[in-house]
Amino acid sequence: MSVRIYISRDSGALCVGAQEVAMQFFKLAEQKGLDIEIVRTGSRGMYWLEPLVEVARPEGRVGYGPVKPSDVEELIGAGMLDGKAHRLSLGLVEEIPFFKSQTRLTFKHCGIVDPRSLEDYKAHGGYKGLAKAIEIGPEATVEEVVNSGLRGRGGAGFPTGIKWRTVAATPQQQKYIVCNADEGDSGTFADRMIMEGDPFVLIEGMTIAGIAVGASYGYVYIRSEYPDAVEAMEIAVRAARAGGMLGKNIAGSKYDYDMEVRMGAGAYVCGEETSLLESLEGKRGEVRAKPPLPAHVGLFGKPTVINNVLSLASVPIIMIDGAEFYKNFGMGRSRGTMPIQLAGNIKHGGLYETAFGITLRALVDEVGGGTRTGRPVRAVQVGGPLGAYFPRELFDTPFDYEAFTAADGLIGHGGIVVFDDTVDMAKQARFAMEFCAIESCGKCTPCRIGSTRGVELVDKIVAGENREANLVVLEDLCHTMKLGSLCALGGFTPYPVMSALTHFPEDFGAKKKRLEAAE
Amino acid sequence: MPRYEPWNADRAGEIIARHRHEEGAALPILHELQATFGCVPEAAIPLMAEVLNLSRAELHGTVTFYHDFRKEPPGRRVLKLCRAESCQAMGSDALAARAEQKLGVEMGGTNTDRSVTLEAVYCLGLCHSSPAAMLDKHVYGMLDQDKLDRLIDEAQR
Repeated sequence: MSVRIYISRDSGALCVGAQEVAMQFFKLAEQKGLDIEIVRTGSRGMYWLEPLVEVARPEGRVGYGPVKPSDVEELIGAGMLDGKAHRLSLGLVEEIPFFKSQTRLTFKHCGIVDPRSLEDYKAHGGYKGLAKAIEIGPEATVEEVVNSGLRGRGGAGFPTGIKWRTVAATPQQQKYIVCNADEGDSGTFADRMIMEGDPFVLIEGMTIAGIAVGASYGYVYIRSEYPDAVEAMEIAVRAARAGGMLGKNIAGSKYDYDMEVRMGAGAYVCGEETSLLESLEGKRGEVRAKPPLPAHVGLFGKPTVINNVLSLASVPIIMIDGAEFYKNFGMGRSRGTMPIQLAGNIKHGGLYETAFGITLRALVDEVGGGTRTGRPVRAVQVGGPLGAYFPRELFDTPFDYEAFTAADGLIGHGGIVVFDDTVDMAKQARFAMEFCAIESCGKCTPCRIGSTRGVELVDKIVAGENREANLVVLEDLCHTMKLGSLCALGGFTPYPVMSALTHFPEDFGAKKKRLEAAE
Repeated sequence: MPRYEPWNADRAGEIIARHRHEEGAALPILHELQATFGCVPEAAIPLMAEVLNLSRAELHGTVTFYHDFRKEPPGRRVLKLCRAESCQAMGSDALAARAEQKLGVEMGGTNTDRSVTLEAVYCLGLCHSSPAAMLDKHVYGMLDQDKLDRLIDEAQR
């Protein structure tokens, strides 16, 4: 009987050589006449173990990793196909503590299913959420999502169900579902993982959204920096259409829904929802003033549900297991699970899905295992380039929308970038302003001009030029940007800047200044 | 390995015509023009404007808004180095300086034999394995000096 082995085709695995490992298995299987079947899956999210090779055994999938092409022959010789031990043995993959301690809801099938096979997705329980939505009808579906407490996973944390209800209530005939897959935040890769590892769950979530609000067409807007995700989604959309799960009378129901993949063109600001809509319309990705909300006047002027990948990919499990089940996870007003992404200088880089409420300390020190360089952790940036820098003193902050707001930060899209003690926080603050200047759409003045003035101010402060006066100006500028910008790019850039300044004043020449004053 | 076609108005017209009935056709057209010619040639703008019933100024505004669209074809291969926070935390600034020095160009530039265009990119979504890079459409993670050197050698070959 042929032995089934699993090797990821997720770009996070490919970037450390998974393709070469797979090719080596193919080559040796042919040479040695081995009866093996290689399934290319997504990633489990344990990237420090990639390329991870899993062998199907009666007791579960047994893992080996990280595997180099030169290890393959030795692994086969050691009896890996029978699950035998080797120095690269990891045991049962689902028993690895990093994996076992998670609550995988949105990422339930990621790293397990073949992302190109509709049949495999269905065999793992896929499309049961859609069947439920068809059975209970649009209104009950919207209410199920409202009751689940699901909030936008893109960063803003707006209740997903309320968006849906607003669009459902509009009388227009033509409505749209738009999936925001413009995952530009440094430190985040969860959307990419879903699209590459379990694209059908996203298609299913978008289809349910279409039925729920009465939209018959949708777009996934994926950033151009993700060519593998674009390809994976295109293959999955074609497979879903061929299998009757997109198009007219989906799954034999009375509902029609179809969708297509669109690619961005390297503008970070297009992750902002109104800018994304402008871009989809073929224009400059300039932010729109709100109101009107996209739910009323969205894509091509029509009512539009625009949700993040993770929000939409969480819908099928909410439909299958129910709002009550989903709502039981989490704390306060942050319900369900959050796929948290551990990045930067971290030993165990990867995706960790867990209920809201876990502390930063547990995530960084325990789950993440500290820094990869082995040096002490000095700061973490949570929520991408617009997120605040947290010092160790704030590591008891629980992962929760409100707790982070209270600590002058944001959880954003759930990315955590770890820095060791070699980091220069003034440089990071300067970069935040510089990034805003590069990526500003230019529509509003605080962001367009403020970011450039911000870079100059940080330079002056670090150089000790009118330090005290310039600190006041920088703070005032941040205040103006925060309150006066049209969108989160200009509005949130003050978070990394002010947090760096507040928690790490010594990097901005504070001590030196004090010494000079004493002399 | 990308090989680009020389400018040809008929070929451009064909691409534009194929997408003209799509909603919001501008970006799909621009992407295909660039994949074909290596850039968005100035001469394509009036052709597009005519078919999409837009002003040239409006289209010029769109093309120049996006970092992806080029005015000139790039070198034979494009090496993108991530410069965002996660990669910064793992020493990407030093790698970027090394790449600039080895290729004798600044970010955004093409080396003298036009074998490589070096570009900065702000996140490739490989932050679990920083520092990261992309050579054409192939991704590389956990870069260090040696791996970067090999990548640059490969790109120049």
